[in-house]
Amino acid sequence: MSQDHLEHTVEHKPTYGIYILVWLVLMMLTGVTVAVAGINFGNITVATALTIAVIKSYLVLTFFMHLKTETATFKLFVGVALLFLLISIALLFTDYSFL
Amino acid sequence: MSTVAEHTIEHVHRDDIGSRLGMWLFLFTELILFGGMFIVYAVYRYTYQSEFHLAAKELNTSIGTLNTLILLTSSLTIVLSIVAIRKNNKFLSVFLQIVTMVLAVGFLINKYFEWNIKIHHGLFPGSEILLGKGNGEVIFFGLYYVMTGLHALHVMIGFILIEVMTGYTIKGRINSTNYVRLEAAGLYWHLVDIIWIFLFPLFYLIT
Repeated sequence: MSQDHLEHTVEHKPTYGIYILVWLVLMMLTGVTVAVAGINFGNITVATALTIAVIKSYLVLTFFMHLKTETATFKLFVGVALLFLLISIALLFTDYSFL
Repeated sequence: MSTVAEHTIEHVHRDDIGSRLGMWLFLFTELILFGGMFIVYAVYRYTYQSEFHLAAKELNTSIGTLNTLILLTSSLTIVLSIVAIRKNNKFLSVFLQIVTMVLAVGFLINKYFEWNIKIHHGLFPGSEILLGKGNGEVIFFGLYYVMTGLHALHVMIGFILIEVMTGYTIKGRINSTNYVRLEAAGLYWHLVDIIWIFLFPLFYLIT
């Protein structure tokens, strides 16, 4: 029983490679954001910057913050927290009619 | 009932999953703190679009980009220090934690120069030059100082946390079987990184 528990906590063998790969992608995405900011796409410039920021955050959350190997409880917690943040932003949008 | 209690006492006295979950709950409060500020930013950016663009031209994109690369790299070094301690490589783990702290200091030094130049140009809350500008620009710089300032404060707190963890690692309190404290400090550091991932395009890249 306790052996099972220990194995569950330790989970997979840790490796350096995946994190270095994620870091390279993050550096690349930073380059893309800076390059894209120089081009004027009008209204979609903000959308592009935010989309890249969301992708970068997803990578940090999944790999660096180990959500990938955490239990479903963790994913649910993070999901609910983000959902409520989104709700507050969405409600604000109804007041200010951004579109 | 008693067998359950005995069973728990007999083995590990800690709950790593519970500890990490607790850390995540704390991070959610941070999310609300910064989330609220991002909402304020969204409203005023919408209200004063052209003035925000004008004001953002004053910011130094190169320093912003450099700081982004520094923080992303420090996120890598702290996560690798956890891998190192799990592989029982104490020396490498401590080394990577020190690299993380050096990068944190580098970030703050850049921030110091950046703010120094702004203040030298008379761009600080309540300055005559700034008050002579439009409302949108005053609000932009107000948000810029509060949000990047609060973020810099988090970088300092993160630095202290990692420093404590380095002490624990050297003393052996953090080791290959008990590294949840280092993981918690790492989670905090990554959150600081995520906040910067959003601050950077929203303040430095809107020109």
